[in-house]
Amino acid sequence: MTTTGRRSDTKPARKLPWILEFYRSDVVKKWIMALSGIILLGYIAAHMLGNMKVYFGPEEINAYGEALRDLGGHLVPRTHLLWIMRIGLTIAFAIHIHAAYSLTRTNLQARGRVRYDVPREYLAANYASRTMRYSGVIVILFVVFHLADLTWGNANPDFMRGNPYANMIASFERVPVAIAYIVANLALGLHILHGVWSLFQSIGANNAVYNKWRRYLAWGFTAVIVLGNLSFPIAVQFGIIS
Amino acid sequence: MDLTLKVWRQDGPGEPGEFKEYEAKGISADSSFLEMLDFVNERLVEAGEEPIEFDHDCREGICGTCGVMINGHPHGDQKGTATCQLHMRKFNDGDRIVIEPWRATGMPVIRDLIVDRSPLDRIIEAGGYVSVNTGGTPDANLIPIPQMAAESSMDAASCIGCAACIAACPNSAGQLFTSAKLAHLNLLPQGQPERYERTVAMVDKMEEFFGSCTNHAECEEACPKSISIDNIAFMNRDYIAGKFKDRRKAGQS
Repeated sequence: MTTTGRRSDTKPARKLPWILEFYRSDVVKKWIMALSGIILLGYIAAHMLGNMKVYFGPEEINAYGEALRDLGGHLVPRTHLLWIMRIGLTIAFAIHIHAAYSLTRTNLQARGRVRYDVPREYLAANYASRTMRYSGVIVILFVVFHLADLTWGNANPDFMRGNPYANMIASFERVPVAIAYIVANLALGLHILHGVWSLFQSIGANNAVYNKWRRYLAWGFTAVIVLGNLSFPIAVQFGIIS
Repeated sequence: MDLTLKVWRQDGPGEPGEFKEYEAKGISADSSFLEMLDFVNERLVEAGEEPIEFDHDCREGICGTCGVMINGHPHGDQKGTATCQLHMRKFNDGDRIVIEPWRATGMPVIRDLIVDRSPLDRIIEAGGYVSVNTGGTPDANLIPIPQMAAESSMDAASCIGCAACIAACPNSAGQLFTSAKLAHLNLLPQGQPERYERTVAMVDKMEEFFGSCTNHAECEEACPKSISIDNIAFMNRDYIAGKFKDRRKAGQS
């Protein structure tokens, strides 16, 4: 029996604190990716729905932005609840990425350098599932640009703090930016198409009774999110909102 | 029928290895894939060459010993069968067939088409059993088992441990094998006392050798027993539960 190339040869034998020991397992990492994925999916849905306010005019969406900063009303100091949400979201995003990075490294090592001579002909895996790591990277880059464009304002020369309606128009009026938003949202669509279906598998919520519906849910959710998000740059480009 | 074989030849563990081409002429369409290899080997021996080494045993699809990558498909592209149940009538005269061993870091090649599948034994050793203390033989049907649960357990138990799932997986994950072995025991009343201990031990052992699941479901397609990836979900759930379970309270039903 040979022992070369086994992953056990490289794993530390030392006992880590419970939470780190827990996170070391690949199954746990996938579980955490599913849970953080659910948080991120919830955010994406809320973000898309909130942005729909743009179709109701500048007052509506600007009031929506103000309401977000004023979340919790008189119960909490101004913007504190928003910041708690932002921090929670950042943590979920960071953990999702770290787990993906760590699992990818594990998987590349487990697969080894020698590949099959005959190129893989996938029977069950679809385009979305095979490109998760690439669509994920596109989404990360997009999020950075999106924040610089419409939150921090560095990437938007006409940025006006506290006026999301004007900022959105100013941003999407630039053709390359509109195209970048469309491409990024298609990548996001591919990512969540596999993610929504796959997360049931990772958290073990499979059930033969509704397994078929997981596909429908993934397609339905993705379609709503992508169509909603794509409508904004397209509407600005075609002058539907200005 | 006349075929051209492109076969991986490797003298021993850690040796470089290379593909070699062989002409296989006059193969009977009624022979199985392994019989075809036997036939080629006989000629190689007659010519004074080393025969192609491959694993095989029962040749009726129940032992899980055979298994090679045939034109990029584990056990060939016929669904739900092992290599021994694949017949040459599924190929065409003049075909070129590429035969490779399973590839995974955790299962290095021993020689030619034979890989070291002992990690699967290590996973079973970690918990793939039910501890039964000695005593009188219990009456049959003493423990009531719902029919559907017995069927699901039996479906999982049909895993023959051939490692086609690992060979098919782009991440070389051993999840379908391990989850089938777990579901086989964890779905039955007899498996309950050690359920969470078993799940954690077997998954931890599996992760020492193999990659993680990205839910492609390629394993399910490759499996000669068509074992469902629903077993993987069941394993994931039991593993997480097992991590949080207080073992001192495991005696409750």
